[in-house]
Amino acid sequence: MNRPAQPSIPHPDTQIYDEAAPEAVKRSRRARRGRMSWFGRLGFALVGFCLLMAVFGPMLAPYKEGALASPFSFASYSWAHPFGADYLGRDMLSRVLIGARYTVGLALGAAVLASGIGTCLGLVAAVSARWVDEAMSRFFDALISIPSKVLALVAIAAFGSSIPMLTMIAAVAYIPGAFRISRSLAVNLMTLEYVLVARARGERLFYIARVEVLPNMIHPVLADFGLRFVFIVLLLSGLSFLGLGVQPPNADWGSLVRENIGGLSQAAPAVLMPSIAIATLTVGMNLLIDSLRRHAGVGQGGQK
Amino acid sequence: MSDVMIEVKGLRIIAGNASEGTTEIVKGVDFTVKKGEVLALIGESGSGKTTIALSLLGYTRHGCTFAGGSVRVGETDVLSLDDAGRRALRARTVAYVAQSAAAGFNPARTLMDQVIEPALLHRLMTREAARATAVELFRALALPAPDSIGDRYPHQVSGGQLQRVMAAMALITGPAVVVFDEPTTALDVTTQIEVLVAFKKAIRELGTTAVYVSHDLAVVAQIADRIVVLNGGTVRENGTTGQVLDMPADDYTRQLLAATRRSEPEPAIADTDSLPPLLEVRNLNAGYGRIGANGVPAVCVLDNVNLRIARGSALGVIGESGSGKTTLARVVAGLVDRARGEVLLDGKPLPAKLSARTPDQYRRVQIVFQNADTALNPSHTIADILARPMNFYHGLRGAAAQKRMFELLDLVKLPASIARRQPGGLSGGQKQRVNLARALAADPALILCDEVTSALDTVVGAAILDLLVELRRELGVSYMFISHDISTVRALCDDVMVLYAGQCVEAGQRDVLAAPPHHPYTGLLVDSVPALRPGWLDSRRALTGTALPSMGPASDSTELCSFRARCPVRVDGKCNVTPPSVRKLPSGAVILCHHSATELELVEKTNPVTA
Repeated sequence: MNRPAQPSIPHPDTQIYDEAAPEAVKRSRRARRGRMSWFGRLGFALVGFCLLMAVFGPMLAPYKEGALASPFSFASYSWAHPFGADYLGRDMLSRVLIGARYTVGLALGAAVLASGIGTCLGLVAAVSARWVDEAMSRFFDALISIPSKVLALVAIAAFGSSIPMLTMIAAVAYIPGAFRISRSLAVNLMTLEYVLVARARGERLFYIARVEVLPNMIHPVLADFGLRFVFIVLLLSGLSFLGLGVQPPNADWGSLVRENIGGLSQAAPAVLMPSIAIATLTVGMNLLIDSLRRHAGVGQGGQK
Repeated sequence: MSDVMIEVKGLRIIAGNASEGTTEIVKGVDFTVKKGEVLALIGESGSGKTTIALSLLGYTRHGCTFAGGSVRVGETDVLSLDDAGRRALRARTVAYVAQSAAAGFNPARTLMDQVIEPALLHRLMTREAARATAVELFRALALPAPDSIGDRYPHQVSGGQLQRVMAAMALITGPAVVVFDEPTTALDVTTQIEVLVAFKKAIRELGTTAVYVSHDLAVVAQIADRIVVLNGGTVRENGTTGQVLDMPADDYTRQLLAATRRSEPEPAIADTDSLPPLLEVRNLNAGYGRIGANGVPAVCVLDNVNLRIARGSALGVIGESGSGKTTLARVVAGLVDRARGEVLLDGKPLPAKLSARTPDQYRRVQIVFQNADTALNPSHTIADILARPMNFYHGLRGAAAQKRMFELLDLVKLPASIARRQPGGLSGGQKQRVNLARALAADPALILCDEVTSALDTVVGAAILDLLVELRRELGVSYMFISHDISTVRALCDDVMVLYAGQCVEAGQRDVLAAPPHHPYTGLLVDSVPALRPGWLDSRRALTGTALPSMGPASDSTELCSFRARCPVRVDGKCNVTPPSVRKLPSGAVILCHHSATELELVEKTNPVTA
């Protein structure tokens, strides 16, 4: 019965007929959508840039992937090799452009899998009978207790390293977290009265999950998706650094850092550039997520 | 003039900032309060009453700024104070009692620690002196066990007690002015009276000047010397309590008064022919937790409830919070399982489990919840919300659905343009209308209304009630109308049922509420509705002060009268030993009590307020 304290905006007026509003509401909503924060736009640009690199990178690459283009290993910046050359004298710009496909594509694929499966299962657990919820929750509790790196190491040791395998491992490692988050969001929403109304109307569980619950948790879930994407980039880069990720001659950004780690003492661009690329992607994604989350708070009109 | 305590002149407060445009919330308000007087600020939400009350503390809510005018409290010009000055003002001169005491207390600290905190924070008293003062205040505010209640935590006292503890916290520094911001709005009628009595006594004993913010004229009539009626940030009327209530000079005041004094409609002619009643509930037991060997759940919320709703009639279910009225609606809707008993719709049993019901059974029973904010999905448009039941039950799509939707919006008196908007952009009254329209979209036979007007202002709530009456006349739907407010039930319903702790203590026609004899609990409820005249509270006070008759330990029968712990006419050796019998009163009401009609009438006639 305790109503929460009203925000300080004046009450939207208690008259029954107010004709002026719809246009204004529409306009303000569009304005709100269009008005992304400066950091949000920056994040959007950085992530968009990385995605473009993943799609068009191999076409733009000036040299072939394995071509030994420079006579010097760890060559510095030059017109021929803007990002320098690696430890074998291969053009670094080409390698970063080609590697984008592995890092961004693989990580994106794994993040979509992890968040998609995790969210669906979380919703299923929240709307189903208690024993289903219990069984699923305990199963994912068990999974979540295995550190993702160790899981990856064991799986690679058993099945070998390949692109589908890496995607699977990253997805499996991050499904339990996505499940936990979406389940707890959905469980809170399930007790709200509009869900009770839908249940009393006789709606099936699938409809309730899809139409009543999912739209109201999509913003936090998207924010979680972004976080998971970043974690997966870091996991894959870490695996590549250990030599267990994408196998030569292909290389994602993580492998590029590892290959060229010897050039660190010479301040070679070959080690710097892929690191900057990883940082660009993760920082951009985080900025984008933050602004999405802030939008979620405003756009939901009272639904926190 | 030294006896003017508060002087507000031409106060203007705006919201927003220059770049995004501003809205004037308070548009030039003037009033004065003399020392020791109680002034009431009354108006609906959005009228600026809380904003004005907060300005006495030199505070504006986030995003608001003072645009002009002056506020003087005692000798201080509040608006010109700097931070340190405002701190001093709030320490000694002005104190604030908020609406929601539950949200105002830190659940991790004892009440005493929090009550004496203002005194210690501003270094006005030693800890021992502050504790002694607090105990005095607890006593003045009629709190039980004043010496030890301070050691409890906020969740260990009731809502009404917490509100009084909050008042003690405000009064501990001995402020000259106390601002009460809707302190009883969230409380039950019976609790509200206790709190009001305590406040009034404390204000009078301490000689404090008070500003009491409320939207309820009847409450204000009891406690205030003067009333300021606000609407849209302007003063509509400013006068003594008697003048405002008896000779209102302003149209808006008259509108408010009319919404409070509700007329009772003609009882609808219910079909009393041989058809089975629309809804019949027999010997219903329901609750939460594991169901024990004897078929009773661990926490029993409803105990042996029987009711009938005839086609086209309305049943009012009255009771305070925790009486099980919401659970009753949820059991009928199938959202809560029942432990025992049966529910019949049109004479046919209604399955307890939702999944076992037929689509037609779903359609015929619709539920409308109290809080329209959470009952409408914030991410859907109104059109989506209304289209779903039409599509689900009647298979309406496209143009036919569109047409039906406009009919529905017209029926609940909303403009068609609202269909494209989302619930976040609507006012409370509009949301509640959409909520009703969604229930009507199913073309139901029975609508379960769970406190549909409780969260709304008087005027808006009255409009919703009128709408319900009209819909019933036009569409012939039946209602189960759940409320804690007797006057709204009387305005809408043909039959009433009084629930106390899950037992139906009285059931009968609407008129049984009008005159005694009642069941003692119904009597208490009827007496607790503030009458719209000054002095009502004082004439009533003698009653609440009297101690209850003493009673020995209860026998272990589970069917004893649930009201015996609070009953003013309980009988030792009877109420605590044997279950009460069902009696029929001359008015036609059926009650559950040991007393006969004549005994009850005698008891209630001696009470000067009833009748």
